[in-house]
Amino acid sequence: MAEGAPISRSAIWRNAQVRAVFYQAVVLAGAVGAGFVIFQNTLTNLRQRGISSGFGFLRNEAGFGIAEVVPIPRLEGGFLAFMAAALGGLLVVILLAWVAGRRRRPLWSSGWGMAASLALLLLLPGAVLYVTHGTIRTETYTEQSTYGTALIVGLINTVLVSLVSCVLATVLGLLIGIARLSSNFLVRRFATLYVEVVRNIPLLLQIVFWYFAVIQTLPSVRQSIVVAPNVFLNNRGVYLPRPEAEAGLAPMLLALFLAVIAAMLWTRHARAERDRTGRQLPVVLPALGMLIGLPALSGLVLGAPFTLAHPELRGFNFQGGMVLTPEYTALVLGLSVFHGSYIAEIVRSGIEAVSKGQREAAQALGLRGGHVMRLVILPQALRVIIPPQTSQYLSLTKNSSLGVAIAYPELVSVAGTTLNQSGQAIEVIGITMAVYLTISLLISMGMNWYNARVQLVQR
Amino acid sequence: MMRDGRIATGWGLLAMLGAVVAFGAIPASAATTLETIRSRGQMICGVNNELPGFGYVDAQGNYSGFDVDFCRAVGAALGVDVRFRALTPRDRFSALQSGEVDVLSRNTTWTISRDTNLGLDFVATTYYDGQGFMVRKSLGVKSAKELGGASVCLTTGTTTELNLADWFRANGLQYKPVLFEKADDALKAYEAGRCDVHTSDKSQLASLRSAAKNPGEHVLMPEVISKEPLGPLTRHGDNQWADIVRWTVNALITAEELGVTKANVDQVAKSSKNPEVQRLLGTTGSLGKDMGVGADWALKAIKAVGNYGEIYDRNVGPQTKLALERGLNQLWSKGGILFSPPFR
Repeated sequence: MAEGAPISRSAIWRNAQVRAVFYQAVVLAGAVGAGFVIFQNTLTNLRQRGISSGFGFLRNEAGFGIAEVVPIPRLEGGFLAFMAAALGGLLVVILLAWVAGRRRRPLWSSGWGMAASLALLLLLPGAVLYVTHGTIRTETYTEQSTYGTALIVGLINTVLVSLVSCVLATVLGLLIGIARLSSNFLVRRFATLYVEVVRNIPLLLQIVFWYFAVIQTLPSVRQSIVVAPNVFLNNRGVYLPRPEAEAGLAPMLLALFLAVIAAMLWTRHARAERDRTGRQLPVVLPALGMLIGLPALSGLVLGAPFTLAHPELRGFNFQGGMVLTPEYTALVLGLSVFHGSYIAEIVRSGIEAVSKGQREAAQALGLRGGHVMRLVILPQALRVIIPPQTSQYLSLTKNSSLGVAIAYPELVSVAGTTLNQSGQAIEVIGITMAVYLTISLLISMGMNWYNARVQLVQR
Repeated sequence: MMRDGRIATGWGLLAMLGAVVAFGAIPASAATTLETIRSRGQMICGVNNELPGFGYVDAQGNYSGFDVDFCRAVGAALGVDVRFRALTPRDRFSALQSGEVDVLSRNTTWTISRDTNLGLDFVATTYYDGQGFMVRKSLGVKSAKELGGASVCLTTGTTTELNLADWFRANGLQYKPVLFEKADDALKAYEAGRCDVHTSDKSQLASLRSAAKNPGEHVLMPEVISKEPLGPLTRHGDNQWADIVRWTVNALITAEELGVTKANVDQVAKSSKNPEVQRLLGTTGSLGKDMGVGADWALKAIKAVGNYGEIYDRNVGPQTKLALERGLNQLWSKGGILFSPPFR
């Protein structure tokens, strides 16, 4: 025992840590092995039956048309530089926030930190975009494009519809949820009626209702309703003027960025002033003034940021301008109205979960109604609201696949066409599942991050 | 926090992988289709359920139509009941591949890629069709060439959308496709005015027009933009079963050629001196037995549904709502292209 250091004499297979790892490894190996066997089995089966397999078909020409396509930037040149700048900026900000957090001085507590992060997040990618936008090439889906491109178009359409519906459903849900607790009898009853009717009718029925019973009964193209000058409403959709970028766009975005920074600095200054002297400086009006005034000034001096391309009736349909198709509109309406009713209940339960004493205490301190809600109730209610809200976003995104019933070319619809035309069912279903899984996990990650931020901080 | 996220990703991927391969891991059954049908006592046939005249199910659940009758004929030849399974264009091939149906008789176009990629075989052509356009009469359009910029409603998952894309591309015209899963919905949207044009196989357009609220409001364009040979499919590799389906179709065509009908088949079988009729109806020779079915297989099929011409006239012919002339689907001897190989 000259060395002196005590050595654990227990056998390695008795070591708790080793055993824990060992069993997990065995289970994992078993799972992977089973997966591999099933995979091989599938491939063999497919080959025996003469069914094509593999992902090579993704590079074949699709040959079918898709109604709603947005240009997809190619992964080369300027677009890569822009992505790198955006990601790099984000990473640096996260790093800075982490460093600042370790020093117990949150990044956003200092005006400089805030300005620097905004510059990294917005100005840097914006500048890169401005410099390189000439080299960004896009691909617009046509019948000659590949199945792979078709699936990407479907994915983009799914994201477009989900994103917009999530925002609308949240706004609607928040309003209705608060209205459910209103002291006004009529408002309260109306909100209850809305929630009970909407959430008790299947979503598919609602979407079909919006599409066939509401939008399809609008007048035909030639009898379009003129909502506003150059805005037309008919059973082929809502036709709007389309903004087209001009030379004044970059300066105006820069002016907007500066205005945001200035408004934030002013808000901070006003708060500091209030904390110091108790005097409330005006915030909303000056901030609005900056946000509108600066870009407007830029527009006046340096030229308009964009011109409008107006839709006009040529041949069978309106040409030019942009259109919200009946399929898109009906799907967004259906999804946001339906999930809005669930979110309303989540918001209501969140608010009611905050004990009455909090409200009374806030009122006793002399806070006004809006302030009670915004400063005392909602921050506490959010802790209860966020987790179920996350599931609403998840199910909304997945429910967007119901668009297939009304001809909206989202992922499931395009994947279905691809499946049928290429005949490669397993691969296409696999891709679809993987894509939905990825989207859902991304939403979960984002919401979990936000949830962690609004939870009570234990000190 | 991050840990949880990563674990969730891992499990999710595994679960997904499992689901995908499990979906594909249906074991290949060793029994042939004919054995399976015999032991089940029932033949399962994948058909359309929303295309009057070709495949349609009424409120009582009764199936009728041109494609349906060919299934009935095969079932009768084997002496088994036929159960029908309604399939969408999207499900149809998977249903046959996975063995959920024994034969697919659902206005399906024979193309090389479908014949070679899917592990399926087309065994016969029962209907020679071509794609056309239907528009509202009030548009005053005389030719499909005037349809540039139009919105087009159609059903997805078919050769129709590919032909449409090809044709507009070849003619340098723009169009907006509005793709529906169900033929009913595509028609409804077209009728509501969502689209200027409805496109499909001409036979289908006739069928859909007959189902429209006001058939007289719509006209078919003169252009036929594609070749659409429609017919039944079986799984690749089961040649005996493919033979049975193919030769049942041929028997019905030959029956028309030889003047054998549902009404006279029994009497013809007894009295006919024509050697080909005798071979067809199993009075002489062993054609049925060689194929693995009874000697009187063709007789039973004809007795069940009649010959090709009778099936045609009953479901889609000039006397029906669809009012489709025989056209290409006339016997070769009468100016059409129906030409059955000989029964010898």
